Amino acid sequence: MQRLRVRYAKRGRLRFTSHRDISRAVERAVRRAGVPVAYSAGFSPHPKISYAGAAPTGVASEAEYLEIGVSRPCDPRRLRAELDASLPPGLDVLDVVEAQTGNLADRLEGSVWELRLPGADPAAVEHAVREFSAADRVEVERLTKKGMRRFDTRQAVCALAVVNGTGTIAGQETVQPCVILRMVVRHETPAVRPDDVLMGLRLVAGFAPPSPPEVTRLAQGPLDAATGEPADPFDLDRAGGDR
Amino acid sequence: MSVESLFPRLEPLLHKVQKPIQYVGGELNSTVKDWDEATVRWALMYPDAYEVGLPNQGVQILYEILNELPGTLAERTYAVWPDLEALMRAEGVPQFTVDGHRPVRAFDVLGVSFATELGYTNMLTALDLAGIPLRAAERTDEDPIVLAGGHAAFNPEPIADFLDAAVLGDGEQIVIAISEVLREWKEEGSPGGRDEVLMRLASSGGVYVPKFYDVEYHPDGRVKRVVPNRPGVPSRVFKHTVMDLDEWPYPKKPLVPLAETVHERFSVEIFRGCTRGCRFCQAGMITRPVRERSITTIGDMVEVGIKESGFSEVGLLSLSSADHSEITDVTKGLADRYEGSQIGLSLPSTRVDAFNIDLANELSRNGRRSGLTFAPEGGSERMRKVINKMVTEEDLIRTVTTAYSQGWRQVKLYFMCGLPTEEDVDVLAIADLAKRVIKAGREATGSKDIRCTVSIGGFVPKPHTPFQWAAQCDHETVDRRLRELRDAMRADKEYGRAIGYRYHDGKPSIVEGLLSRGDRRVGAVIRTVWEDGGRFDGWSEHFSYDRWMAAAERALAGEPVDVAWYTTRERDEHEVLPWDHLDAGLDREWLWQDWQDALGDVEVEDCRWTPCYDCGVCPTMGTEIQIGPTGKKLLPLTVL
Repeated sequence: MQRLRVRYAKRGRLRFTSHRDISRAVERAVRRAGVPVAYSAGFSPHPKISYAGAAPTGVASEAEYLEIGVSRPCDPRRLRAELDASLPPGLDVLDVVEAQTGNLADRLEGSVWELRLPGADPAAVEHAVREFSAADRVEVERLTKKGMRRFDTRQAVCALAVVNGTGTIAGQETVQPCVILRMVVRHETPAVRPDDVLMGLRLVAGFAPPSPPEVTRLAQGPLDAATGEPADPFDLDRAGGDR
Repeated sequence: MSVESLFPRLEPLLHKVQKPIQYVGGELNSTVKDWDEATVRWALMYPDAYEVGLPNQGVQILYEILNELPGTLAERTYAVWPDLEALMRAEGVPQFTVDGHRPVRAFDVLGVSFATELGYTNMLTALDLAGIPLRAAERTDEDPIVLAGGHAAFNPEPIADFLDAAVLGDGEQIVIAISEVLREWKEEGSPGGRDEVLMRLASSGGVYVPKFYDVEYHPDGRVKRVVPNRPGVPSRVFKHTVMDLDEWPYPKKPLVPLAETVHERFSVEIFRGCTRGCRFCQAGMITRPVRERSITTIGDMVEVGIKESGFSEVGLLSLSSADHSEITDVTKGLADRYEGSQIGLSLPSTRVDAFNIDLANELSRNGRRSGLTFAPEGGSERMRKVINKMVTEEDLIRTVTTAYSQGWRQVKLYFMCGLPTEEDVDVLAIADLAKRVIKAGREATGSKDIRCTVSIGGFVPKPHTPFQWAAQCDHETVDRRLRELRDAMRADKEYGRAIGYRYHDGKPSIVEGLLSRGDRRVGAVIRTVWEDGGRFDGWSEHFSYDRWMAAAERALAGEPVDVAWYTTRERDEHEVLPWDHLDAGLDREWLWQDWQDALGDVEVEDCRWTPCYDCGVCPTMGTEIQIGPTGKKLLPLTVL
């Protein structure tokens, strides 16, 4: 069975979709587009579509990944165009490759996150970032499915920096001054999420964003040992395939 | 003057609420038309949560029809959950549409579709959040026309003070006519303001404007009369009937939400109306006559709907789906077309007969045979005669035997409690029936793995039905009978464990009864409940019987009437009913005779197959029964 790996974005208002919302939307889009998706056998057959590490509800992403099993071979470029046309605007297909090797989810070792903090004081953010980076451990508490858990956020953060002074909030027509925070976070268990890091900034330096931050995942992939930045997880598939 | 999107103000609030996706719009096949290019702008509301409101067929149909009209736009709005309501109040964000996120007050019409009376408090929340005065009398030319439709609008009197207008019956054509009246009036420069446009709508006899009618009462509280209070207003308002469903094949482009909703399927209405004559059924009475959609139109709609939506399930809707004259060809044709395609078909609302097992088998060709639902409605033979549900116990046993022997493992039986003339034995008969069903299933299959679920709810007498005069059963009696039925089924050693039991307690039915048969004085109760925090009354976790009773006591304190007067009181033949001036086409004398027949256990046949029994609808409304067969078949879809 051919498997196709899809990178897609979750943009603007559609960042309020949950993981379940997206899987329903993808299943329907696949049917509308006439993609020959394979189904599991058994009493209630399910389409063979799997998702890797979905961004939380309310968080936008430029780098979400899923894998589709198809019952007859499909051209990745054609699938990209057809699936993109079929998905609602805001769920946008960015890249499709034919799976060659390995498990996609295993390759997604870390994420680059961008946090826009409208109305935040740049100096306060700079200060908090310095304090956080200087610490060895920054423990936070969060209510997870397994109850309240206490875990370290510092070790998972490979990079944390203020990138520039202002920007606009996606989905809004007006330009607001905002501080942009960029971070690379390694995927661990329990997952350290951008809001956990924000909580960490609050704990170490008393910084709290004045209004809800707009969070976007910019990239996911295998973390490069030298740069600490994620590489494109499709590189391995492309290297082994007909590029 | 253009209207700005409220989304930038709403967006920061969405991080703090449950299921924010329900407020962002952008559903597949949704439409945002240019505000300035439209003359007539409708906000359509389903007054419940998005997950319930979005799949509503009525709203989807009108949304599509209005947006197809040049110069007209329609957007949708739903009840916001209390978490967002609180934030909107704190931040001053008004009620918005999910399409363009425009403020509801900026529209010309706010059309509210009431499938049930339990949405009344949610309408008040929306009006208040929108900044529209709750009382129609206090509205200005800056406020939209608040217009009610849907089945509950056949007695809009309890919400008359909050409505500018109401429309009875099928909405497809009347929304176009209303749009035309509004367009003309606006193009003339809106002469005479609100009253003038309401007058233009009312004078047609097709739109009810409550404030143009005065209600007078007898000293004992009964309605004395309802009369127009100005010249040019007709004394009766008539319902609307679409006569050729093939000409109105909506929805063509079903809305496909991102959020999870209660019905995740593409639904096609295969016919409208029902003449089976079940006496409790308001839908069956007010939607006459039967008008079938042809097999070929159904086939086309399913094909287009699946392609446009990507849904994997198709529902063939109607009040009694197996009654379509070509239902065998429809189900077989669709099952053939979609065999092996992962498209599932469902046929809700079917009657108790063996024929329906064949249909169900056809529909489940590829899938599993899990459960079948039948609705005998009444437990005893006598009870079923009273309600004109013409099913004998032998029919039922024969049907379930067939079902079990063909691989179905679970049968669900639906009943009502508190029906007119009902006694304890009629409800306890359900236990015997359920036992016989299990016994028949075990004998037919030789297996003990047989289940039967009894589901039972309280009966509410509805306007425009033969039971509109009946006394509603008090909730103490309903609850006692439901308990005794449960005990009777559980006590049975041999069958008790194979019988499942689901029931709704009787209290909410009393509130529904108050709202269903209420008059304008009930408006004060609704408002008081809403002021006391009443929201989402259709949700058991939000509904409070005590709040309703306390509100009724206060709001009706100066009146000679109370909740019992509206609910458990039987009306006599000549009492003026609050909805008598609203005409569903049903002849009042026929309804009364049918009520008398009910009391005498006399049954009435379906007029599709026997001579007309003079219910009055066709001659009054100028309509006729439209049924097949057309003799056509569904051809296989050609694969391109």
